[in-house]
Amino acid sequence: MAGDRITKALLFISSLTILLLSAGIILSLAGGAVPAFKEYGIGFITSTKWNPTAGSEEYGAMSFIAGTVITSILALIICIPMAFSTSLFIAEYYRGTRTAGILRSLVDLLAGIPSIVYGFWGFYALRPLLVSTGLTDQGFGIFTASLVLAIMIVPYATSLSAEIISMVPSELKEAAYSLGATRREVIFHVVIPSARSGIIASFILALGRALGETMAVTMLIGNANIMPRGLFAPGNTMASVIANQFGEADGLKMSALIAIGLLLFLITALVNALGKMIIKRFA
Amino acid sequence: MTLSAAGATFPQPFYNLAFKKHSEAGGPLINYGGIGSGGGIKSLRDQVVDFGATDAYLSDAELAEMPGEVVHIPTCIGAVVIAYNLPGVNGLQLTPALLEGIFLGTIKTWNDPQITAVNPDITLPAMDITVVYRSDGSGTTYIFSDYMSKVSAVWNEEMGTGKALNWPAGIGAKGNPGVAGTISQSQGTVGYIGFEYAYAQKIPMARVMNSSGYFIEPTLDSFTAAADVDMPADTRVMITNSPNSEAYPITSFTWIIMYREQSYGRHSREAAEATVQTVKWLTGPDAQAIATSVHYASLPQNAVDQAAILLKGITFDGEPLLK
Repeated sequence: MAGDRITKALLFISSLTILLLSAGIILSLAGGAVPAFKEYGIGFITSTKWNPTAGSEEYGAMSFIAGTVITSILALIICIPMAFSTSLFIAEYYRGTRTAGILRSLVDLLAGIPSIVYGFWGFYALRPLLVSTGLTDQGFGIFTASLVLAIMIVPYATSLSAEIISMVPSELKEAAYSLGATRREVIFHVVIPSARSGIIASFILALGRALGETMAVTMLIGNANIMPRGLFAPGNTMASVIANQFGEADGLKMSALIAIGLLLFLITALVNALGKMIIKRFA
Repeated sequence: MTLSAAGATFPQPFYNLAFKKHSEAGGPLINYGGIGSGGGIKSLRDQVVDFGATDAYLSDAELAEMPGEVVHIPTCIGAVVIAYNLPGVNGLQLTPALLEGIFLGTIKTWNDPQITAVNPDITLPAMDITVVYRSDGSGTTYIFSDYMSKVSAVWNEEMGTGKALNWPAGIGAKGNPGVAGTISQSQGTVGYIGFEYAYAQKIPMARVMNSSGYFIEPTLDSFTAAADVDMPADTRVMITNSPNSEAYPITSFTWIIMYREQSYGRHSREAAEATVQTVKWLTGPDAQAIATSVHYASLPQNAVDQAAILLKGITFDGEPLLK
């Protein structure tokens, strides 16, 4: 059939476009990063110096790699109890009830809020709250950024975890009940063990999202291009330094920013691949 | 007729309003992208705009990299002010030495004896100083660091002059609005921002000691006083740390940049004519009145005269565009 052939050709072209686009992005990132790696070698990754002043220019990515990894891991740690208990609530305890439905929609709503709005809320609401605790002077820094990041990734981890928990076969659970197991025992000895790898994968995918988050982090982390000196000290992340500095960047600095972009791309791809691998094993 | 332009955000409130009024009066429509001075220079070099705008004039090296001869036309005078947020404190005075100490992080608290000695009439709180600087590259940072490098040997040695610097202390915020917002929202902060941004948000501004030893309030008059300099033929001059005793010291021209020979690439004669006419209008009395209405000081006569001479030298295929 001619129609079939045309459909096939169209599908082939569109998937080829995606492939070419990704390849093009990687190629141009790698090409743009060459001058920075030529200048500093592998030291570009390990150096914590970032000095854009003409004459004494020196660029290294480690402060930003550290900022990104620390905020994302912290966000994940804060996110786990929230997302884990919410997904159990939705997919097991109150499964199929109206309450669960409302909660699920609310979680999805959280996922739809743009990053800049989270940043705004963090800046005007969360930050003054943290200042009033006396833990921090201005409220800008690693911790504030991580807290907002955690809230931002909760919906991703929650909906994926809930999906996986609800996929646990009811025969398994019913068998446990018939043996006299309590609800709690069923959840901790049947549901969680059989959904374990899927739940872990959902958190890894959420981590992937946290790594690349830009706008909300920029508004709260303090944008200091140094190794963070503590939980409440300012720092910067890879995505945030690119957003801040590419506008006026030129020459070696531009190349350094592109190289950071490439590194971020690689880290995120690695984390996502890890998540997908675990999901695959589960399925 | 539509022109495209890009560059500095520092004079953007002025340009936005002026270009709007100009097109309403029958002038060309101008799409101005506030992408920063560096971006403006880059866009002009790549010939993707009709003209660029920058707060830092092009260095000889940058001029040599351009594909054609570039002309700088000053359009107004702006100032960088030291804005602060201290509960109950107004009328803070700062000297170059205090600015150096505060922004390099060696003076850490507001009631440091060095600060109180300069401010005997006000009570300063025992609060930590939080410096707020620009996290993005910016002409505002360039003007501030140009001034600091002139008045502080330590600054010149450790920080230098540039659109982005290696800050030893404090927090970064994006854009003039970002720094202004951060200062107005958190106590104990101090930072440098374009005058109109502090003025619009009613953030207190420090009086800064000028080269004659007077503490000068940032006002349009004190900015104009700073422009009292011999104007070089290419208008490339920094007026920070002015010798005029009435001048506010952290003041600068901001420039439109364009090619002297307007016939390049696919640039049409119509676009070239509209560009020159617009820039000429920008330095004229109508536009300069708009500048003062949004808190930029208008150009002194010698700058207007020099701009007129430069604009007469703009050509299309070797033929002057202005008669």
